[in-house]
Amino acid sequence: MAYGPKIIEHYENPRNVGTFGTQKEIKERKDIGVGLVGAPECGDVMQLQLKVNEKGVIEDARFKTFGCGSAIASSSLATEWIKGRTLDEAEALKNTQIVEELSLPPVKIHCSVLAEDAVRAAIADYRRKNGLEAPAGQDAHAAPAHG
Amino acid sequence: MSATRSIYMDHAATTPCDPRVVEAMLPYFTEKFGNPGSRNHRFGWEAEEAVDEAREKVAALLGADPKEIIFTSGSTEGNNLAIKGAASIYERAPAGSAGRGHIITATHEHKATLDPCKRLQKEGFDVTFLEPPRDGVITAEMVRGAMREDTILVSIMWANNEIGTINEVPEIGALCHDRGVIFHTDATQWAGKMPTDVEEAKVDLLTLSGHKLYGPKGVGALYVRRRKPRVRLQAMIDGGGQERGFRSGTLNVTGIVGLGKACEIAAAEMGADGARLLALRRRLEQGVTSRLEVTQVNGHAERRLPHIANISFGFVEGESLMMAVKEIACSSGSACTSASLEPSYVLKALGVGDELAHSSLRLSLGRWTTEADVDFAVEKIVTSVLKLRELSPLYDMYKEGIDLSKVEWAHH
Ligand SMILES: Cc1ncc(COP(=O)(O)O)c(C=O)c1O
Repeated sequence: MAYGPKIIEHYENPRNVGTFGTQKEIKERKDIGVGLVGAPECGDVMQLQLKVNEKGVIEDARFKTFGCGSAIASSSLATEWIKGRTLDEAEALKNTQIVEELSLPPVKIHCSVLAEDAVRAAIADYRRKNGLEAPAGQDAHAAPAHG
Repeated sequence: MSATRSIYMDHAATTPCDPRVVEAMLPYFTEKFGNPGSRNHRFGWEAEEAVDEAREKVAALLGADPKEIIFTSGSTEGNNLAIKGAASIYERAPAGSAGRGHIITATHEHKATLDPCKRLQKEGFDVTFLEPPRDGVITAEMVRGAMREDTILVSIMWANNEIGTINEVPEIGALCHDRGVIFHTDATQWAGKMPTDVEEAKVDLLTLSGHKLYGPKGVGALYVRRRKPRVRLQAMIDGGGQERGFRSGTLNVTGIVGLGKACEIAAAEMGADGARLLALRRRLEQGVTSRLEVTQVNGHAERRLPHIANISFGFVEGESLMMAVKEIACSSGSACTSASLEPSYVLKALGVGDELAHSSLRLSLGRWTTEADVDFAVEKIVTSVLKLRELSPLYDMYKEGIDLSKVEWAHH
């Protein structure tokens, strides 16, 4: 697979790799939303963790990805993009933006879709934990239950 | 980037030509360029002589008679000719039996065997695709169990191209011989690497390919038994009647000369080469498995070719691993399937779990692989797997004692 330089760069120097704790610890933390998407037998699994502050802004993000170079690059890029954004802004991230930025080849589009899914899943998890409304409601970041 | 070093460990995909092979071929491009079919002049005679000599060398490698060797363009053609050619001659006239006849092969054969069998299936033949056990070895007992009254052909490769496992070919040959069933073996990975005797193994049809044994690409040979029984084939390519009508077309003299030379060298050197390669392969396998947990060598522990190692790594994905070990030219799955997103069908057939099948490397060593190459590869593979495991959520889960098979994955 001949990849463009941006994919290679993210693959070789992935940003924001890691977790904010073990699966068990993370479950207890209300300021963290986790998205786990994909399946091992499909060849890619992405785990994205968001740390959200009282203002509903994503302060920090971490990822771990089992997958091809494009999957790793897509998740790395996604963490870069969502840091410092509000949940609503992050939720607006489109896989096509990732495709464009990384020049993903057509057979690798699904990696960008997975990254988008991971972001959404992590946001949904955060909202669920904090009893927040799902859709782009005006109250989305009004009353974070943690703090 | 410092991609200065590049090590070739994909000899099961193709081998470089031995310089002695190239040297033998050269005169046949320029001075001795004749058509062996030209019976009236020196140029033709010269070429014919070279072809005869090559035929003897190929035959000698296999313990066959030179008259039993047909030159082809390689193993894809050889398998097609053997399988389709035998099926159309030996098909059972539907006197009582409904189908055209029964063929036995295995699910982890090369596509060049599977696809001709599938085509025959569409054309009214019954095909049994044997499912290999975890060790990958097809035994005579398995073949016996699948045999029927109307079985006409068995096609089981001598050694597998992805995992290097060696099937029970002489035993299957004896069984087929007893039952009067034609036996074809794809020996592409075996011939020239391991001692071969078509009489002892009771093989009726055997395929080999030049570019897998340090010869040129685009040339191969099909052994067709002439005695006990005299095997007949329906030709696939009709025309000038070359190769006793089995395969028309002006002979690829340069390629054939190269194949002959490659077979001659293989016959002389396979003993020493094989022992050296086996030691290197073990060094590679042990080097990697002793330093990485949840890593397995695929295929039977002993019944394997000396030069092919297939290793699966838990919690890392194959393509990213290939990227990480880019200094090592090797394959994940087989060369023709690694472009797709599918995990290797051969490893799947062996029942290797999907996540392991996704992350396996086939490393195949060759005549010029050194111990330093192997040590470099071990180091590179170990550090790459460790790095990718740092990135892998699956590895974290494993470390936390989470059973990955019990996780509810969000399939997309
Ligand atoms: C076992 C086996 N059979 C057949 C083939 C096809 O051989 P060729 O490239 O000569 O057509 C190969 C090579 O890829 C092989 O490994």
